Amino acid sequence: MTSNGWLQIAVFFALLLLAAKPLGLYMARVYERQKTWLDPVLGPVERLLYRLTGVNPEAEMRWTEYGAAMLIFSCATLLLTYAIERLQHAIPIPMLNPQHLAAVEPYLAWNTAASFTTNTNWQSYVPETTMSYLTQMAGLATHNFWSAATGMALAIAFIRGISRRESKTLGNFWVDLTRGTLWVLLPICLVYALALVSQGAIQNLKPYDTVTLIEPQTVTAPGADGKPVTTTVTTQTIAQGPLASQEAIKMLGTNGGGFFNANSAHPFENPTPLTNLLEMLSIFLIPAGLCITLGRMVGSPGHGWAVFAAMSVLWFAGVATCYWAEAQPNPLLHGVNQRVATAGPGQSLSPGGNMEGKEVRFGVADSALFATVTTDASCGAVNSMHDSFMPLGGMVPLANIMMGEIIFGGVGSGMYGMLIFVIVTVFIAGLMVGRTPEYLGKKVQAYEVQLSMLYVLIFPLIILGFAAVSVLIPAGLSSISNHGPHGLSQILYAYTSSAGNNGSAFAGLNANTHWYNSTLGITMLVGRFLMIVPMLAVAGSLATKKIVPPSLGTFPVNSTLFTVLLVSVILIVGALTFFPALSLGPILEHLLLRSGISFS
Amino acid sequence: MSATHTGTSKKRAMFESSIVRRAAVDSLKKLNPRLQAKNPVMFVVEVGSVVTTLLLILPHGSTHFAFNLQITLWLWFTVLFANFAEAMAEGRGKAQADALRKAKSETTAYMLRADGNVEEVPSSHLRVNDKVRVVAGQMIPGDGEVIEGVASVDESAITGESAPVIREAGGDRSAVTGGTRVLSDVIVVRITSNPGETFLDRMIALVEGAQRQKTPNEIALNILLAGLTIIFLLAVVTLEPFAVYSSAPQTVFVLISLLVCLIPTTIGGLLSAIGIAGMDRLVQHNVLAVSGRAVEAAGDVNTLLLDKTGTITLGNRQASEFLTAAGVTAEELADAAQLSSLPDETPEGRSIVVLAKELYGLRGRELANLNVEYIPFSALTRMSGIDMEGRSIRKGAADAIANYLKENGSILPDEVRATVDKVARQGGTPLVVAENGRALGVIHLKDIVKGGMRERFEQLRAMGIKTIMITGDNPLTAAAIAREAGVDDFLAEAKPKDKMDLIKREQAQGKLVAMTGDGTNDAPALAQADVGVAMNSGTQAAKEAGNMVDLDSNPTKLIEIVGIGKQLLMTRGALTTFSIANDVAKYFAIIPAMFMVVFPQLAIINVMHLSSPESAILSAVIFNALIIVALIPLALRGVKYRPMSAAALLQRNLWVYGLGGIIAPFIGIKLIDMIIASIHLV
Repeated sequence: MTSNGWLQIAVFFALLLLAAKPLGLYMARVYERQKTWLDPVLGPVERLLYRLTGVNPEAEMRWTEYGAAMLIFSCATLLLTYAIERLQHAIPIPMLNPQHLAAVEPYLAWNTAASFTTNTNWQSYVPETTMSYLTQMAGLATHNFWSAATGMALAIAFIRGISRRESKTLGNFWVDLTRGTLWVLLPICLVYALALVSQGAIQNLKPYDTVTLIEPQTVTAPGADGKPVTTTVTTQTIAQGPLASQEAIKMLGTNGGGFFNANSAHPFENPTPLTNLLEMLSIFLIPAGLCITLGRMVGSPGHGWAVFAAMSVLWFAGVATCYWAEAQPNPLLHGVNQRVATAGPGQSLSPGGNMEGKEVRFGVADSALFATVTTDASCGAVNSMHDSFMPLGGMVPLANIMMGEIIFGGVGSGMYGMLIFVIVTVFIAGLMVGRTPEYLGKKVQAYEVQLSMLYVLIFPLIILGFAAVSVLIPAGLSSISNHGPHGLSQILYAYTSSAGNNGSAFAGLNANTHWYNSTLGITMLVGRFLMIVPMLAVAGSLATKKIVPPSLGTFPVNSTLFTVLLVSVILIVGALTFFPALSLGPILEHLLLRSGISFS
Repeated sequence: MSATHTGTSKKRAMFESSIVRRAAVDSLKKLNPRLQAKNPVMFVVEVGSVVTTLLLILPHGSTHFAFNLQITLWLWFTVLFANFAEAMAEGRGKAQADALRKAKSETTAYMLRADGNVEEVPSSHLRVNDKVRVVAGQMIPGDGEVIEGVASVDESAITGESAPVIREAGGDRSAVTGGTRVLSDVIVVRITSNPGETFLDRMIALVEGAQRQKTPNEIALNILLAGLTIIFLLAVVTLEPFAVYSSAPQTVFVLISLLVCLIPTTIGGLLSAIGIAGMDRLVQHNVLAVSGRAVEAAGDVNTLLLDKTGTITLGNRQASEFLTAAGVTAEELADAAQLSSLPDETPEGRSIVVLAKELYGLRGRELANLNVEYIPFSALTRMSGIDMEGRSIRKGAADAIANYLKENGSILPDEVRATVDKVARQGGTPLVVAENGRALGVIHLKDIVKGGMRERFEQLRAMGIKTIMITGDNPLTAAAIAREAGVDDFLAEAKPKDKMDLIKREQAQGKLVAMTGDGTNDAPALAQADVGVAMNSGTQAAKEAGNMVDLDSNPTKLIEIVGIGKQLLMTRGALTTFSIANDVAKYFAIIPAMFMVVFPQLAIINVMHLSSPESAILSAVIFNALIIVALIPLALRGVKYRPMSAAALLQRNLWVYGLGGIIAPFIGIKLIDMIIASIHLV
């Protein structure tokens, strides 16, 4: 670990801290339909959209109606994306498919549509050779906006459930969706995409380039008869496309689906250290801002900051562990000098730490930070390969997702997921002050506890359930690339990533099989929509309650003590659930590696 | 009755041997799966125990018989200990119920028939609206209302208080309870409840916990615990496939041990005991709650409505000074005041006599020797006084005396009026004294705030509870007393409807309101309040309307009731936190033990350096069982509660039960392991 590395991590957090408040307050204004400086431009657009769609922006929805509208919208956009993928070859505009890519396979098209609808962006395909520009733009990039705006709308609905007094309704889904897209996502993405372009990200509709390699490469691969065949490669295809526009929302909307297969490790997606910083920041930007929005809308700014602090503590614990683990040399490579020319006496023989799977442009610190941020939030974009991390370094992304994607979390989903944990925390600890637990004046009673526990329960159920089956059946075991504890980690990671709607992977696992495609697909849908239902029910129930005015007897939710408590509950619930599985995965792998044992 | 009455007379030792014996038997009876299933956490443990028992007796090739046997036994102990905790809590109530049943013996009732004759019937034959006559020395045969006469009644069978109380027809002291004894005089009682529905019957049922229903918070907590149990069940069930994948399969004994250690058995086992003990604590304070729900609500109370008279101030006003009119000496005024008060038997009147004696050495005179006519207080004149030997003395409220003077062609001087206003502003009641058409001055009658009330209101404020004083006084007087007593707010010139409106107004803001009351006109407000404590001395209507009855009829006890409610909730929260925090250590004991045989590298997680895998697992299971027993006293007594702000309480309890819950099992498991290793149990 270097002071430079720590400094970069510190700079990242300082910038986040600076950006959170103004954005959070702005978002509160947007969702409360107050005046903003963008109204002169966006107001007419908004009104036009309502007129065209017949939406009455004044109509309030109950939680059931809100949920139904959200499901209808998600289902419709899922089908639209599916249709675009299936029909991409038939669109008679050459510039939208210069590579003449064929229709996407039905199953893959379905998987991808579901993956982008759930904000997971798990990619079972190589984008460069599968998706036309039309699909990338109209199918995937737009979905990045929609699923993000949906998540934000749901979070706002939940916050209204807390702040409203004896109300049956939670707002209007269509209005929240529209305003979130127009006022928050679009303006930021517009500026952000231009900034990316300024750094070298591409934005075009050109056919792919072919360049001659300066240094021809010899590649050995098994031929048709199974014998190794050696070929010499002299040219390389450089993929092109409307990248910057998609890259912006991919990060800002915590979607994470790469325009290219290499995702943010690709120089076009993430050209410079500056874009790397911007991309990490943009992952946390909205989730961090929503903490402040929460504080503003419920009338307790301190509570917003307390939640922000809890998220920050968990984030820091993750990044510190990951950075520490990755800065160590692999013990199996001990004695192998990885930097012959510069290692002086007394210096580590691999001073860069574990560089396998990392972009040399970003190094260990920025890779560890990126991996932590992208898995804290349910983004899933990567600038390094998590599968190649050291066992404990790789455990951090895994454990981050296992906490429930609430460490800042997905846009919106992180906030409502965290608020469910807040309710559980308030309930467990709230009794200790000698009152029926109250959350910001709302009594937490059997109904809320029941649904919150259901929410908490669904998550490990799908992860551990499918993973347990996968380690027992050949269809599950045949996909892992390493045996021993790392294989278990790969399987756990796949289900955890899908359930948490993250989308990153331990890429060693070949997930493009019938078993994994189908079960991971189910996991993604359950992890998004089945968890939303109890969450909205809790919000609906909270909204109907009276607000007990705060007094000295009220359980404090804006104190450091509360932050400590919230962090403890998240860690204990998460750890107690997943510790047995982790102990046989990354922890065991780490201990075995230290004693020199590895698996192939 | 002092404000700090704690009902010590009824306190029992925590582990009375008769209760322990009965509880031990009951804990076996509670193994019945149908009873056990009411507690999902302990039901899972029982199922686990049955499974391990079956595996133990079925023929199989296992080699670890001694280990498996001990695990199985300790699993059963875990269930039994939890049952024992509940049985202990119930046992204390049952002992109380037995004592009450003794008061319920069959007696002969003297029923008054419509024709005026008296008929002897067994008390169990009495029905609502029957009228019975009870004379001194007889037991009152059933709950009822005195409709004729006045008597002193020994209610010690119910209240434990030996001093007799007065019960009389009409007014707010008319209710009598079956099983109490008339000590003097004769009363006629109209029976108000049928056999089996009497107060005593309800009381027995309540303390026995026969109709115990889970309270709202208990239900919610049960759901949380059930949810955690399912999560841990999932974690353990899926662990076996992962273990098989890792070539380190586990036995069912080990897996069930892990499961039982992880699920919240500590709180699961003690939860109902905590609830029963909370009700029991209330009974020990001589308060009966119709449901546990009311006790919980007491903990949630935001606003306390307290009647001024009898709660905040001593029941009676006392004369505190004589304020003379111009040209009148203090002795003159005191003499007239004392003379006019001599025949006045009210406490106020007596206090005037006493004050005159104390200040000016004026002795009470024997009026019978003088030719005196006493003019008693009447609602019409609102004055009292005497006429004697050319002296005509009157005392009364300022406007009444002003009228009296006007009729006699005189007026009330402005300076006396000013004195009257001054006294009123200070919270006192001014009584003007006039003799032969001349105002002599003012007697300052003062409300005496009970000792220690200010401190108690400060404690309540620290807990975030607002106190509102209810009084019939005018706003000026009320404000002064409110200031002196330190209440947050007051409702002056309160009529029953104002009280009701105030409760509704507070409730509309989401607040929970508690109040006491005894009169029939309090009944609607008692019913509306979230916690309505009726005085046992009050009317039947008041007792029916409230959700608690204070047998001591001490309105100040509302403050203790709030404390008991909070203590009940806190005990649940503290033990839940403790229970969950315990799991951390158990993981560190069991997980390495499970896999160390195959992967010796995992020994590094064995932070407690437990002697062997078997011993580690057994130690965790034993700790898990013993901690339930160890916490029974805490569950029954409740966690320590001192009035302080929620933030301070939370911090304190988190240190004790959160951090303590993490550390305690590390020490406990290590100790048990050392014992196991030293005597070679496994």
